[in-house]
Amino acid sequence: MKKIIILLVLYLLLINKSFALIEIDITRGNLDPLPIAVSPLHVDVKSENSEGIKIKELGENISKIIENNFRGTGLFNPLKKDAFVQKPDIAHLKPRFEDWRLIKAQALVTGKLLVNEGKLKVEFRLWDTAASKEMTALAFTTTPTNWRRVAHIISDKIYERLTGEEGYFDTRIIYVAESGPKNERIKKLAIMDQDGANTKYLTYGTELVLTPRFNPKNQLVTYMSYFRNEPRVYLLDIETGSQEIVGKFPGMTFAPRFSPDGKKIVMSFAKDGNSDIYTMDLDSRVVERITDHSSIDTSPSFSPDGKFIAFNSDRSGLQQIYVMRSDGTDVKRITFGNGIYGTPVWSPRGDLIAFTKMRKGKFYIGVMRIDGTGERLLTENYYQEAPSWSPNGRVLVFYRETKSGSKGEGFSAKLWSIDITGYNERRLKTETDASDPSWSSLLSK
Amino acid sequence: MMFNKNLKNILLVIFATLILSACSTAKKSGNIDGDVYTGKETVKFLASGVPDRIFFATNKSSLTTASRATLRKQANYLRKNKNLNVTIEGHADERGTREYNLALGERRANAARDYLMTYGISGKRISVISYGKEKPVNPASTPLAWSQNRRSVTIKVN
Repeated sequence: MKKIIILLVLYLLLINKSFALIEIDITRGNLDPLPIAVSPLHVDVKSENSEGIKIKELGENISKIIENNFRGTGLFNPLKKDAFVQKPDIAHLKPRFEDWRLIKAQALVTGKLLVNEGKLKVEFRLWDTAASKEMTALAFTTTPTNWRRVAHIISDKIYERLTGEEGYFDTRIIYVAESGPKNERIKKLAIMDQDGANTKYLTYGTELVLTPRFNPKNQLVTYMSYFRNEPRVYLLDIETGSQEIVGKFPGMTFAPRFSPDGKKIVMSFAKDGNSDIYTMDLDSRVVERITDHSSIDTSPSFSPDGKFIAFNSDRSGLQQIYVMRSDGTDVKRITFGNGIYGTPVWSPRGDLIAFTKMRKGKFYIGVMRIDGTGERLLTENYYQEAPSWSPNGRVLVFYRETKSGSKGEGFSAKLWSIDITGYNERRLKTETDASDPSWSSLLSK
Repeated sequence: MMFNKNLKNILLVIFATLILSACSTAKKSGNIDGDVYTGKETVKFLASGVPDRIFFATNKSSLTTASRATLRKQANYLRKNKNLNVTIEGHADERGTREYNLALGERRANAARDYLMTYGISGKRISVISYGKEKPVNPASTPLAWSQNRRSVTIKVN
């Protein structure tokens, strides 16, 4: 991936609480999204052509990506551009706030860009139209081919300023792309920007691949592959394409995830009908056995401080969620509700565990506190599982499968997202059917 | 008091009938016994009279009487064909999380392998692989299809 070079970061902040600038509360479902006007970025006439990029439309295209990001959050209502009265360049210098207030815009985004000597220079400003104030501004330089990321970085900065939380737009999602009939499914690793753009396929579909997961610290991925018909956990560098098998286990390894510092992989190893949890240190290659129980122990997930591991086990008879210290001691069952619980995933904030629940023929995605209390079921469906957190811990992405007919017809697998408030359920656009999503951390961090 | 005792007896009889009738309706519906598939629709044969697969109840890896009979036939066949090695594939239905199903498929395949070993077949001749819910034999979303998919299948490798 091309490195983005932020040469100049200028915060011209006017953070002054006495103006009571707009802020969005995202801790509860937002039924009244903030009307925001995203003016097309003004394209400097001195801009030179850059191969494969339509310079003249670049300002418009960047603003569309920002609008699309905002609409996707459910927190913002981007206003239609045909109501805009001010020209982009003039608005960027000094908006006529009364005009923007007239079309009910509470926030306004303006910007300009210049492509010169092979570089893309961008600046943007966020304005509070009611207080007639600039809220934040940023200027940076990158390569022109990075223009989509520019839109995502601007989106993140605005989201951060308005909600007080880190954004999640300059991120990617790795998943399993699916095609073919249900009983002869072809599965490939695929990666895309969080908005569905730039899909790339990382494997050819010659072998079955499952459950890719990002390293939270970099662009390494761990996943499971049936390469040579030996189901094992692999490590993949998505920059170089190089991959290697994780550990030398004499049987199936599966359900891999990174530790929060990115230095270990936690996974299950199945032998003689029994699955237990192991870790492997990626530097020293030291393997440690974490659970030793005759039941199935799988789907491990570290807490963000690395001190605990949540997992699911059927040691009580049916699948339930347990939490233990990361050395395997002090195992505690945390789910006691009606139903079967699986796939615990610790929130990056550390306060919640997302899970899949099965009850009376229905599947639910939910969240609970780390001691199992405060269970909230966010969505019910015929089949859905495998939640993965947005890096700011506000949104979950998961996959959902439909019921199929007698020949497998009508079957589909799609990615969906939902806010942890239970609002704003949306389908993520993918080129093919898709499952097993994993959300990356912010690329620019 | 007498009345109470009689009432109790009557209630007991009523309960017993209810339970029995509940059992008989749950027990057989088409080719599913409990929720284990008992039919022949998807079954292939290693040799004449030697079925290649056994079926399991939801979330279970225990062997039914019918499964044990099938595995004894397989063991017999493997004893007669000493150079033959097999792989046992373990599978699950689509109504469970992917990772748990991988583990469950592995447990089912090993349940079959262990049984063959108790009938004198060397473990070296039997490898196992779990496909979890990745390779359904019947792609429908029905209890019948799920029961056909909860299986272990013995496959000749040479």
